[in-house]
Amino acid sequence: MATMAFNRALPEIKTDPTNQPFFDGARAGKLLIGKCNDTGKFFWYPRGCSPFTLSNNIELVEAKGTGTIYTFTVMRTKEPHCVAYVELDEGIRVFTNIVDCDLDSLKIGQKVKLVFKPTQGDGPPAFMFTPA
Amino acid sequence: MSTNGKGYIVGAFEHPTRKADNTSVAQLHAEVAYGALQDAGLSKDDVDGFFCTGAAPGLGPLNMADYLGLTKLKHLDSTDMGGCSYVMHVGHAVEAIALGKCNIALITLAGRPRAEAMATGTAPRSWGVNVPDDPFEIVYGRTVANAYAMCAMRHMYEYGTTSEQLAWIKVAASHHAQHNPHAMLPKVVTVEDVVNSPMVSDPLHRLDCCVISDGGGALIVTRPEIAKSLKRPLVKVKGHGEATKNQNAGYTDLTYSGAVWSGPRAFEEAGVTPKDIQYASIYDSFTITVLIQLEDLGFCKKGEGGKFVADGNLISGVGKLPFNTDGGGLCNNHPANRGGMTKVIEAVRQLRHEAHPKVQVPGCTLALAHGTGGLLGTRHGSATVILERE
Repeated sequence: MATMAFNRALPEIKTDPTNQPFFDGARAGKLLIGKCNDTGKFFWYPRGCSPFTLSNNIELVEAKGTGTIYTFTVMRTKEPHCVAYVELDEGIRVFTNIVDCDLDSLKIGQKVKLVFKPTQGDGPPAFMFTPA
Repeated sequence: MSTNGKGYIVGAFEHPTRKADNTSVAQLHAEVAYGALQDAGLSKDDVDGFFCTGAAPGLGPLNMADYLGLTKLKHLDSTDMGGCSYVMHVGHAVEAIALGKCNIALITLAGRPRAEAMATGTAPRSWGVNVPDDPFEIVYGRTVANAYAMCAMRHMYEYGTTSEQLAWIKVAASHHAQHNPHAMLPKVVTVEDVVNSPMVSDPLHRLDCCVISDGGGALIVTRPEIAKSLKRPLVKVKGHGEATKNQNAGYTDLTYSGAVWSGPRAFEEAGVTPKDIQYASIYDSFTITVLIQLEDLGFCKKGEGGKFVADGNLISGVGKLPFNTDGGGLCNNHPANRGGMTKVIEAVRQLRHEAHPKVQVPGCTLALAHGTGGLLGTRHGSATVILERE
């Protein structure tokens, strides 16, 4: 049997002054991730400080937009949808949705690629993934 | 400085209601506070330390201290780590008592999510405003159910854990709940019942999830001299540990919980090991919560939780580790969506030998209560206490 992912109405994302550059990137079709310049390590979720050193010696860099499913679940509601952690090729695991696919065919370890979905209102789009 | 033996739980009360249509949250706090004080043989004006969380109406303890008429308070603590907070409060109360900050600590919890028709587990919710992770998670429909389900899915992938093994946790809880007249789900269920119940969030079925209930509970913690002057069996706090675990900056591992830190801290302070524990109250928001915590607390090896919980091993009188003999969150109640309070209360009942005779662990002298608060799959608090009958 197949369960097609439902295209849910997505709530507006409420941004703040510190994460605004990340969401400006999303509007430009880019998935940006945090990079700590003290340690050279990537981090998630984006924030104004390094979670490794607490300094603000950080930047946002563009991710390749490909990865694999680390774990997932399908919410079996009237609007079935998949909530997942995707491990980006950069090595960090991001909280997301897997969309535009048969939800019953998904597997941990499966390769996925980046897509963006509009949200309600004038807010930025949400990055998501779909099977590669 | 160790706080082993510096505090005793002398009062415990669980509200009998499971749906409080006609009682306010503040009044539920009053009723559980009164019940615990009556249980201890103390009165309101003996209380000089007060502990509650953000689930209490108002600003920290301010409004509830007013409503309850607590006029002698010298020590206040509104540490809020979700459902495990009340396990933490026991530890914090002992610390405060050991330092001479207060003598008689009251810990209260109450709420009425059921009367308020709250979609506790399946609707996205935030813990507040300006929460920095919300913009990266709420839009994806993060809920309690799916945050725990993703842990279960990964545990199954890494260790071969099965839905049938998880179901055994619910089966054990239901065997206990049948003896609890207040339990919301007193009917004994089978593994088949669990795995055939509707899927909520793969791989968690409806019967893998705890109930939504109103009610609450309260505890009284005091110093040894006062405890010994009262008439109740002596329940000593031997050890306490707490921790928080999160996404680790994107290097996330969902196969373990903060119990890997809070557990050893509590065991070290208590000077005992998991093998010594005769009864365990284990937070059971979902079946997977129990399984992961049992592994992390050291009751079995990581990855072997599925085998450990199977075949009735958690059923009192049947298995090696009787757990949640009140029926737990899975069958009895989960007041205010926060199960830490009832975890401590049932451990106290076991140590007083006041659990239902059908589930009482014979000669129980050493028990553990453990909680997870927040979301296992994103960020959570973890608290463990080890209690001993003296």
